[in-house]
Amino acid sequence: MSRPEVWLVIVLAALVTLAERGSFLLGKGDAPLPPVLKRTLKFVPAAVFAAIALPALTQPSGVAVGPVDARLLAGAVAGVVAWRTRNVTLTFVVGMVSLWLLGWAVG
Amino acid sequence: MLLGAGPFGLITGVSAVGAGMHPFDIVLMSGLVFAGASQLAAISLMASGAAVWAILLTVAMVNLRHVMYSLALAPWLQRYGVLSRLLVSFLMVDHSFAVAILKYPRAGDDYPRVAYAVGIGVPMWLTWVATTAAGAVLGAQLPAEWQLDFAVPLLFLALLVPAVTTRPLLVAAVVAGALALALAGLPYNLGLVVGSLAGIAAGAASESLTARQGRRVGA
Repeated sequence: MSRPEVWLVIVLAALVTLAERGSFLLGKGDAPLPPVLKRTLKFVPAAVFAAIALPALTQPSGVAVGPVDARLLAGAVAGVVAWRTRNVTLTFVVGMVSLWLLGWAVG
Repeated sequence: MLLGAGPFGLITGVSAVGAGMHPFDIVLMSGLVFAGASQLAAISLMASGAAVWAILLTVAMVNLRHVMYSLALAPWLQRYGVLSRLLVSFLMVDHSFAVAILKYPRAGDDYPRVAYAVGIGVPMWLTWVATTAAGAVLGAQLPAEWQLDFAVPLLFLALLVPAVTTRPLLVAAVVAGALALALAGLPYNLGLVVGSLAGIAAGAASESLTARQGRRVGA
């Protein structure tokens, strides 16, 4: 993607996000939330984050530990850390260090 | 999703540069979009060559919770002008919403609600932009062998795991992740969009099914 295209994405993403933040704040303040939105809203983070994370984590990196890709293994270790600690920074650090250690041990 | 803005901004800057973004562009993005998870989603999609509309749709989905926040805050800010409400809208993030919605009902009618929201939002915005910039500068110094593009899926994993707290949420995550994985070959990152929507639908269906069973058992 060229840089002008990146800038286009940035400006449009900013407008989309502002439209969502202002959706009710800029209105009259008495509009009800559509029921379908109310029912589905809480599933959005889990569904979208999973749909982004899984394909990206399973992309082959070229470094394999036996039959399993190093990224998948490092991702699994990070997943356990995320589950036990719920700490974003720690998950990131453990995941990256695992990937480096696996690459160093195999490569 | 109350994220420590400091480390999250730093990691966002590092991983954006790791995914091939120009350091200035990620700082610009932090300043204008000011929503971490959606920025990371856009960064990851731009790196994989997704279509602009698919990126925007994903950003809209990741930030959909702001519609809920906007609804909850709207009645408290009706007496203010459009520009004040636009400023509060722009600065509204998970954390500033959470403290404002607790504060307004407890404070009196003459409480300066916009000043309160701006007083929380501006330092958060400054922190976000500054830490992203620091991360981008740091990321540009780091060698490619460090594989910092891996940071983006890691961060989403770190956001995903704590978001899955009930069985319907697990259904939503599993269906979305599996379908997105199965459809990863589709053009324009359609797999992400289809997977997410199917996951949301599956989660909602699973919840209404559980509720019906619960009523039957209760009766």
